[in-house]
Amino acid sequence: MTVPMPKIAEIHKIDPQHVVESLRAARKKLDRGNVETVLDLTAVLRIDPPTLCEMEALATLAEESGDKIRLLHVNVEIYKVLKLAKLAERFDFRT
Amino acid sequence: MLTTETRQRRGRTLPVTNGLSEDRIAYLEGLLSQARRAAAVFTQYTQEDVDRIVKPMVVAGLEHAQHLARLAVEETKLGVLEDKALKNMVATEFVYNYVKDKRTVGAIREFPERGLVEVAEPIGIIFSLTPITNPTSTVLFKCIMAIKTRNAVIFSPHPGAWACCFETVKIMYETALKHGAPEGVFTCLESHDLEDNAYLMHHKDVGLIDATGGPGVVKAAYSSGKPALGVGPGNTPVYLEKTADLSMAVVDILTSKTFDNGTICASEQTVVIDDEIYDRALNKFVELGAHVCDETETKILERTVIDPKTGCMQPMAVGQSATDIARMIGISVKPDSKLLIARIYGVGIKHPLSAEKLFPVLAVYRAKSADEALKVCVDVNHAGGLGHTAVVFSRNEEIIRRFSEAMNAGRIIVNSPGSVGAFGGVYNDMVPTLSFGCGTGGGNSTTDNVNVYHYLNIKRVARRTQAHMWFRIPNQIYFNLNAAQNLRNIKSVSTVIVTNLAMEQVGHVDVVRRNLPPQTLVHVLVIPDAEPEVKTVMQGVEVLNVHNADQIIALGGGSVIDAAKIMKLKYESPDADLQELAAPFMDIRKRVVEYPTEKVKRARLIAISTTSGTGSEVTPFAVLSDKSAGRKVTLADYSLTPDVAIVDPQFVMSMPRGLTADTGIDCLTHALEAAVSIYASPYTDSNAMQAIRLAFKYLPIAYEHPRDEEARSMMHNAACIAAIAFSNAAVGVNHALAHAFGARFGVAHGRANALLLPHVIAYNAAVPSKFMPSPNQRGYVAHKKYAAIADLLGLGGSTIPEKVARLITAVESLLDQVAAPRSIGELGISVEEFERAMPDLSKIAFDDPSWRSNPRMPLVKELVELFWCAYRGRGVARSIDSSQQQTV
Repeated sequence: MTVPMPKIAEIHKIDPQHVVESLRAARKKLDRGNVETVLDLTAVLRIDPPTLCEMEALATLAEESGDKIRLLHVNVEIYKVLKLAKLAERFDFRT
Repeated sequence: MLTTETRQRRGRTLPVTNGLSEDRIAYLEGLLSQARRAAAVFTQYTQEDVDRIVKPMVVAGLEHAQHLARLAVEETKLGVLEDKALKNMVATEFVYNYVKDKRTVGAIREFPERGLVEVAEPIGIIFSLTPITNPTSTVLFKCIMAIKTRNAVIFSPHPGAWACCFETVKIMYETALKHGAPEGVFTCLESHDLEDNAYLMHHKDVGLIDATGGPGVVKAAYSSGKPALGVGPGNTPVYLEKTADLSMAVVDILTSKTFDNGTICASEQTVVIDDEIYDRALNKFVELGAHVCDETETKILERTVIDPKTGCMQPMAVGQSATDIARMIGISVKPDSKLLIARIYGVGIKHPLSAEKLFPVLAVYRAKSADEALKVCVDVNHAGGLGHTAVVFSRNEEIIRRFSEAMNAGRIIVNSPGSVGAFGGVYNDMVPTLSFGCGTGGGNSTTDNVNVYHYLNIKRVARRTQAHMWFRIPNQIYFNLNAAQNLRNIKSVSTVIVTNLAMEQVGHVDVVRRNLPPQTLVHVLVIPDAEPEVKTVMQGVEVLNVHNADQIIALGGGSVIDAAKIMKLKYESPDADLQELAAPFMDIRKRVVEYPTEKVKRARLIAISTTSGTGSEVTPFAVLSDKSAGRKVTLADYSLTPDVAIVDPQFVMSMPRGLTADTGIDCLTHALEAAVSIYASPYTDSNAMQAIRLAFKYLPIAYEHPRDEEARSMMHNAACIAAIAFSNAAVGVNHALAHAFGARFGVAHGRANALLLPHVIAYNAAVPSKFMPSPNQRGYVAHKKYAAIADLLGLGGSTIPEKVARLITAVESLLDQVAAPRSIGELGISVEEFERAMPDLSKIAFDDPSWRSNPRMPLVKELVELFWCAYRGRGVARSIDSSQQQTV
């Protein structure tokens, strides 16, 4: 029986001043094996359409490797945006 | 707005045949993705964010008003440059003036006194179709509305006005973006294609279709199954009534009908003129630049500007000037003619010019009377103009009223121009708009001038409110032994004592008589000792009338007092319909029927109870038996409450033991039910609790020692106090069951209550299978109330279930002390007989209004079960599963 390797969680704190850039940086590290990407959105109060595009790209990339990205501390307003943009179901949410 | 990707697609030939190509679908999905993201992101914006974007958009619209008007005229070849510029300004400045202070984000309206707050929720993606007639102004208007309401819009302009609309969207989008709007908030289809429109109209991500245009577009929008604002054609009738200010009216009609060459769908189509002013009116039109067509010219017009097959206007005429139309069809008019006027003699397909004409051709009709004029206006209204706009010029308010009632139009414009008037904000205080809702008459969902509120889902946040409660009792209550002596201080010229034979025989009537002031004329009306019938009441009213009574003294038990209450009602208000007044109600404050307040006579009602149970001397209820209809009706209204109650134990000292027991248990049931009623309040609780305490203490004594003055006095008080409680809190399921059972098997009311009481307490104390809606109560409290009663009675117990069980045991013990039957079976009613009666019993109990204030909503099967519990007999307290009596 094969026991799956435990994954190491890598937390990316998203800079509210440079959200898209922070997400891109996270995306670049995404294809490394046995690392679980966690995006900490604590400081992010609002997102814009380019951010949504970037998040969509991240979700797609993660899904290609059968994973889901974990989002930390997403506020209700952003959660609603993700829901309306049909992205919420493509992420895991943790507080 | 238009992404690089979409721009690259311009000019490509797309293989659209019966369906859309994959490329085209990808293109449309691309637009939708942008809009979806924008709409999602937009939800985070505050009111201030939104307002910061709207204002510069409006300014940009104003700055480009002339430029966009020029583009529109050049491209569409319709209308008048100056008017289109004006429309662009109305669509921006006037609309902004209306929306600038309107809240469209978060809480938009608050009604603190009603506990209501309206909260705005954007729609998301709006698919907007815009017309050729008002292209740029409509786009400006919709862009401003969309930003103000945080929505994204995909525009699909009319193909004949695509470029000017595209330019308008571009200006609005760039300005909005510059001031913080989300990217992709406006997009515009690259070309007009019916398949594209159909795809977007049916797309699940589109929240609303806002279709302004011809009937085809509107129909497609409404047929899509999506929420839609479809604003289509009209056919505006105008009534030029003889009292009108003619000079003003003619100028207004000319202004309106020639505005943008008549392209506004609210513009005047047929003017119906009163005979008296017809010639003067036409002369005035001519004087101010109209050309009145002769018969030959009218025939030519009919043939050329209206399609004879469809009866609709010909596109070649739409938005053209009067002189251009005249030239096109070969009519000779003066070069400065503003309007072509054609006389018509009817409305409909045989009178082609009675149809909608979005160009400066106006039909006129000569009416011989106001009735004829109104009828012709109705005909025009129904010939394609339902729900849209109608205009009346008159100084006669009655005419204006009749016109308003006769027309089915969202906008009825009075003494002002139709088209510019319908816009709102210019000639009147209607909401400024470029979209006119036409109601169901026009196949639309609204008759409003479409505005920001139509671009919002408005959520109502409804806070729990408490109903206003009350506590009403008679003005005066005299109690204790010889309280009847207080009658001496109540002046009356003519008093009628309503009583029964027994009261006369035992001398109670004489006691009353003796206590009345000597100058009072006294008449005694003896009625049967039974529930009052209509006949008895009417005979009593006759007696009251004969003696011109100013005072009625009801001396007796519940039946006598009830009879006197109804006699008073009919005496003071002879037209009161007792059947109607007995109509059922759920909440006395919202009841359908109203008791009469205007009275032809007035009489004081003094109630002296001679039993200690019903408490009718202080209640607002009266039961009437209608033998002809074979039923009993209950009248309930605080106006029935006696003015004075005398609670004098001297009248109950001789009550037999059985009656003492029955009425005493009735009193206890009143108090117990009022205590747990959903209408219970601290005011009623205090009375209910005191009545319970008194009943437990004094009923056994009064029963065992009927001459015990204190016990009699206290039980008499208890009955009155319990009645005060249930007059204001009502009773419950015990009474509903007892009414049904008592009536069916001829069992005294108190005894019927006794059979059910322990079971009902256990039932109410358990977790309900169905809760009764009761906004005034926080949580289910019946079991706690029973526990509090047990505490009051000092019954012990440490938990609520224990206390409830002890209360039930105490009630059973009290019932035993007064020899109340332990079961229905004990009364000699066989199981079979009871079983046969059960369908009726449960139905009658369920129809009884008493249970509507019960804390637990009884299911019919539960009523049946309660009946069977009562049949089998007591022992409930011992058999109650304590787990069922948990706290709720």
